[in-house]
Amino acid sequence: MADRQLENGIVPGRLPEDTLAANFADLHPAFAPHEAAVAADRCYFCYDAPCVTACPTAIDIPLFIRQIQVGQPEAAARTIFDQNILGGMCARVCPTEQLCEQACVREAAEGKPVEIGRLQRHATDAQMRKSGHPYQRGARTGKSVAVVGAGPAGLACAHRLAMLGHDVALFDAREKPGGLNEYGIAAYKTPEGFAQAEVEWLLGIGGIALHHGKMLGRDVTLRELQDDHDAVFLGMGLGGVNALRAPGEDKTGVRDAVDFIADLRQASDLAALPVGRNVVVIGGGMTAIDAAVQSKLLGAETVTVAYRRSRAEMSASGFEQDLAAARGVRLMFNVQPVAVHGNGAAAEIELAYTTSRDGGLQPTGETVRIAADQVFKAIGQTLVAAPDGLTLTGGKIAVTGPGRTGLAGVWAGGDCAAGGDDLTVTAVAEGRDAALDIHASLTR
Amino acid sequence: MADLSTTFLGISSPNPFWLASAPPTDKEYNVRRAFEAGWGGVVWKTLGAEGPPVVNVNGPRYGAIYGADRRLLGLNNIELITDRPLEVNLEEIARVKADYPDRAMIVSIMVPCEEQAWKDILPRVEETNADGIELNFGCPHGMSERGMGAAVGQVPEYIEMVTRWCKQYYKRPVIVKLTPNITDVRYPARAARNGGADAVSLINTISSITSVNLDTMSPEPSIDGKGSHGGYCGPAVKPIAMNMVAEIARDPETRGMPISGIGGITTWRDAAEYISLGCGNVQVCTAAMTYGFRVVEEMKAGLSRWMDEKGHASVQDFIGQAVPNVTDWQYLNLNYVAKARIDQDACIKCGRCFAACEDTSHQAIAIKPGRVFEVIDEECVACNLCVDVCPVQDCITMEQMAPGTVDPRTGRVVEAEYANWTTHPNNPAAAKAAE
Repeated sequence: MADRQLENGIVPGRLPEDTLAANFADLHPAFAPHEAAVAADRCYFCYDAPCVTACPTAIDIPLFIRQIQVGQPEAAARTIFDQNILGGMCARVCPTEQLCEQACVREAAEGKPVEIGRLQRHATDAQMRKSGHPYQRGARTGKSVAVVGAGPAGLACAHRLAMLGHDVALFDAREKPGGLNEYGIAAYKTPEGFAQAEVEWLLGIGGIALHHGKMLGRDVTLRELQDDHDAVFLGMGLGGVNALRAPGEDKTGVRDAVDFIADLRQASDLAALPVGRNVVVIGGGMTAIDAAVQSKLLGAETVTVAYRRSRAEMSASGFEQDLAAARGVRLMFNVQPVAVHGNGAAAEIELAYTTSRDGGLQPTGETVRIAADQVFKAIGQTLVAAPDGLTLTGGKIAVTGPGRTGLAGVWAGGDCAAGGDDLTVTAVAEGRDAALDIHASLTR
Repeated sequence: MADLSTTFLGISSPNPFWLASAPPTDKEYNVRRAFEAGWGGVVWKTLGAEGPPVVNVNGPRYGAIYGADRRLLGLNNIELITDRPLEVNLEEIARVKADYPDRAMIVSIMVPCEEQAWKDILPRVEETNADGIELNFGCPHGMSERGMGAAVGQVPEYIEMVTRWCKQYYKRPVIVKLTPNITDVRYPARAARNGGADAVSLINTISSITSVNLDTMSPEPSIDGKGSHGGYCGPAVKPIAMNMVAEIARDPETRGMPISGIGGITTWRDAAEYISLGCGNVQVCTAAMTYGFRVVEEMKAGLSRWMDEKGHASVQDFIGQAVPNVTDWQYLNLNYVAKARIDQDACIKCGRCFAACEDTSHQAIAIKPGRVFEVIDEECVACNLCVDVCPVQDCITMEQMAPGTVDPRTGRVVEAEYANWTTHPNNPAAAKAAE
């Protein structure tokens, strides 16, 4: 097997299966009980804690850590889920180094924050290991809400609506629910089918009817949803991917990073998943890092992330950058693609060096060609086929307050809505808050 | 290098760190290893009268209280005195003392309050060549139910009586170990002195229940579903013990009587504090039981270093130095005015000082934008709670206000002169005296 590692082109089985299994193991493994106790004891129970302020879902972090300290991780989980029903996923995928853990006073004191993310996982795992769902559906209101997109925003919205007694029809274009949790996040962040297990657990509240394979605009229209339901929440994410707009983009081997990640997440056998010998990822966000690191873990000989701006401007966190570097990914800054070269299939990518001037990027005139039999585009996603009647801003659905769109009775949240970071935790907060607003409007 | 060697009641030891009478000193094997580890002396685990030895429970003997990261702060025990035959202990004591002539060897004794019982055991202890004896009038559990241990220590007349017997039938120094399970430790200390004791040692353990098992509703440590109060020791008892030491050290009737300090001594600093309050040496148990005999290395090195820094050539130089500063509340200087000061560079912005002050004290800390915590001098009474709850050492300090300045809380000029409650106008007794 090992000699396939040096085979040119996009081929499967570059690494033996046991190596692949080790490569894709849990990035942040669960705490053993003793580890959790030691980690929890470091929390200072701050007043008006900065970590809570930094959490988009405003989880009462000092309280839940204190509940772990006193031996009640399930109570801690309740504190988390009250604010963030996808607390299990967020514990795994949140860029805590940019959120709660960055704000932790022990980061200021010692450069070593309380490990909030892993403690959150400890608590939510404890609860989710138990059978049954911890929340009761509220008394039926007789109202029905359509939720479009079973990703973080839609799931959070649907769950909160169910808690409040509304009937929810949850539509998703894909075969499986979960959205980016299922299709768009690096496998080592959420291994062992956690995304599906979490959705199943979440739907355990009841009152949420899942309709998969139903895409807005293709299988169902906003008009129909408005007619059939008392309110609509749009949380379908961003279905499109930005183009390179460089010659050679159509060559074999050039594809969207999100599709590669989705294939990887759905692969039952990683050894059967093909990857290039020399991979170049264009972009500077989490998707770029996830695609690059996973290419490397699949056995690509060289993997390069080519980002057009400086390191400081990269949206992937320092932690993500370090993770990529540690896995052997080369990070190139201030380079943008000029052309993909190759005879039918990609063989090289030509990058032009850039410099920032007056807020804009200028080519320096110097270019470089590097080997690339596979090129992943990770230069941002776009909202496609937004229903008529919605106001867009910056290519996303314009919203005011808790996700209110310009259309009466229609709310939006998550990546498809303007404002907020494109993070799982932000989508959860937006879905939850929209649900509360929908509830207020339906019960007025 | 400071000289750590001490002479206590004429008994010399290379350092002031003795192991207290307890499980670590129950047998030759342990004591030899303790001496090899560098301990200055031991008080051998309490011996009982000739005859069938006591028996211990066959379940848990210890319960604990923890701080963060499961740091053991308090330990209680329901173990009794030695459960090995008297003769075996005496033989071992003699052997070890012969092999370690430079170390202090004290034998702890607990026999019934009958003259004959003491008359019987004391000559046999003397034959071991041990340096002295310690009378266990302190253990609060088990033996006290049989009229020994704390049951004696709680009756000054008994203390005096037994001490007198010991001085009569034993030639070497007699140390009386006191129980803290009394209302005023000065009375048993005076009784020991009146009985002719050469020294007192304190404290023995405090009657305690460390926890309750909420599944079985049994106190811990639990023996088949039942628990009995144990004796509490470890870092948690140090403040209680130091106060008792100081009370004896400054009592006119016992002032100057040698004291061996016991109670939660874990570091060199603990030892230095006890010595400054009048102890000629210290006894350690819980620290050794938690970390092993090796902890004495830190204690010796730390005390030596501190003594060098302070210019103390020997331990004798600072024994009791803090005693004159232990006083009654009524003599504290009411003209001393301080204010809390927060070092903004050291502050990590946890806000615990604010929560403590705002919720439970004097509303004297303000939050400024950017989580900047500042003291409101108009409200600050210098209670020190913010200092105590701050996780960063020396981030918050209490700064004395200079005489002549105005305290913004009271609007009064800070006076340079010492003035206490006895002369304060609000004191009814003081007003009467002034008439």
